[in-house]
Amino acid sequence: MALELRDITYKYSAGTAYEITALDHINVTFPDGEFIGIIGHTGSGKSTLVQHLNGLIKATSGEIIYNGQNIYDPNYSMKELRTQVGMVFQYPEHQLFETTVYDDVAFGPKNQGLDDKDVALRTYEALEAVGFPQELCDVSPFELSGGQKRRVAIAGVMAMKPAVLILDEPTAGLDPMGRDEILNMLKETHERTGNTVILVSHSMEDVANYADRIVVIDKGQIKYNDTPKKVFQHYKDLEAMGLAAPQVTYFMNDLKKAGMPVSTDATTVQEARDEILKLMGRK
Amino acid sequence: MLRDITLGQYYPADSLLHKLDPRVKLFGTMIYIISLFLFDNLWGILWITLSLVAVIRMSKVPFSFMIRGLRSIVILLLVAGVFNLFLTPGEKLASFWILTITKEGVKNATLMTIRMVYLIIGTSIMTLTTTPNQLTDGLEKSLHGLTKLNVPVHEIAMMMSIALRFIPILIEETDKIMKAQMARGADFESGNIFQKAKNMVPLLVPLFVSAFRRAYDLAQAMEARCYHGGEGRTKMKPLQYVSRDRNAYLLILAFFVIVIVLKVVF
Repeated sequence: MALELRDITYKYSAGTAYEITALDHINVTFPDGEFIGIIGHTGSGKSTLVQHLNGLIKATSGEIIYNGQNIYDPNYSMKELRTQVGMVFQYPEHQLFETTVYDDVAFGPKNQGLDDKDVALRTYEALEAVGFPQELCDVSPFELSGGQKRRVAIAGVMAMKPAVLILDEPTAGLDPMGRDEILNMLKETHERTGNTVILVSHSMEDVANYADRIVVIDKGQIKYNDTPKKVFQHYKDLEAMGLAAPQVTYFMNDLKKAGMPVSTDATTVQEARDEILKLMGRK
Repeated sequence: MLRDITLGQYYPADSLLHKLDPRVKLFGTMIYIISLFLFDNLWGILWITLSLVAVIRMSKVPFSFMIRGLRSIVILLLVAGVFNLFLTPGEKLASFWILTITKEGVKNATLMTIRMVYLIIGTSIMTLTTTPNQLTDGLEKSLHGLTKLNVPVHEIAMMMSIALRFIPILIEETDKIMKAQMARGADFESGNIFQKAKNMVPLLVPLFVSAFRRAYDLAQAMEARCYHGGEGRTKMKPLQYVSRDRNAYLLILAFFVIVIVLKVVF
């Protein structure tokens, strides 16, 4: 049970003079129940890649296997796939359209053909999961603040209870507190329900703190696919791709260069703190 | 899916026509259109065809791009041709059932078809060799005199260029919102016309909201840079005639004189 990409290549404007290869023979598997971070520079192909996962873009060549079935099979139901693989786009608040918050979140579950009771249940559940105050459910989504709109939009996808939840830069344009709240909420839901989360980002800190595994994309190819600790060991290579390791990685490497016998594989502030305290305690 | 729509149909190339001042091209196109409706004999057709071929060769734009516009008027051409052919009274050539073909009908139908085909080809030469921005610039400058009659020429030109600028952005936005709603199970394809219209709501509402947001942002950005309308505003690339533009004007006039002479003499 997993989402597997086999030799996926995608070309924009294929066959014309403007042809651009956005994805170049991608092979990757996203196992069930993992929290995966996809990082890459702007234009590296990460957004294009995740749009393949629920069939919004069809690959020029290659196949995608979801739970043992090829999604490009003519008999395969894309609609069914899209209820299984949920996708939150960049700036998802731009897709709000209903007259009330409740109706907007209920749009997805209604399209799934659920009865009114289940729709209501899922809608309130999703709004609660994203920490949206229930008393504002009958307000127009256009009257909310940016952060609240973002929550409503994410709830709109979560209400469909997808087994795989993809989020494309869900924290872009939010303040640090809003960012942490959204990411914590995702992690919490992930731990509670065991869903697969694929988080696209170019912020190393976000990904390092939350993901079990990191996939690094550069120029349409996968460069690394490993745990955060191992990926950030290559921080020099990441810099060459226009990315950077978390600041903690730099800090620990500098400490080591300065002669402190620390291990450099800490990726979060918490881990770095423990490592340094351990060292000081030993001294 | 919507990415493949090309807008404005500017074809970049390095030709004399591309370099020409847009005002000259606007004037030339106007004269050309007038000429199309002036000629009524074989010599006129020959002269205009000859000139058209010369201009096409000069533009360095593939001919297939010019006849692309014809596809959309094929039906119009057929209808106009058939009506002219059968419904023009005059000297009888052939007749069957209730339909009669007359000599005048044949002539009218031929002239009408040639005029329409040439009209499309001629005007697409202008849009193929001129960017939309150059075109609005040229229009603004040519119509500048109308400001004395309280016509807001600059504002109209500004609106035109902003509208053109926003079309690709809105297409991209439509594409994005469509995908986002499809990911939530929206269906834009199936159903009858009423269901389809209703299904468009999740696409149209966000699109309008985003258009207003962008318009508001743009207005603020313009104001922040002290935009205050056309009065006293200078251009980064002011339109200035050079010798080739003057020569082009002379050629256009010569072309027109010959059209008139051919009409009067024959």
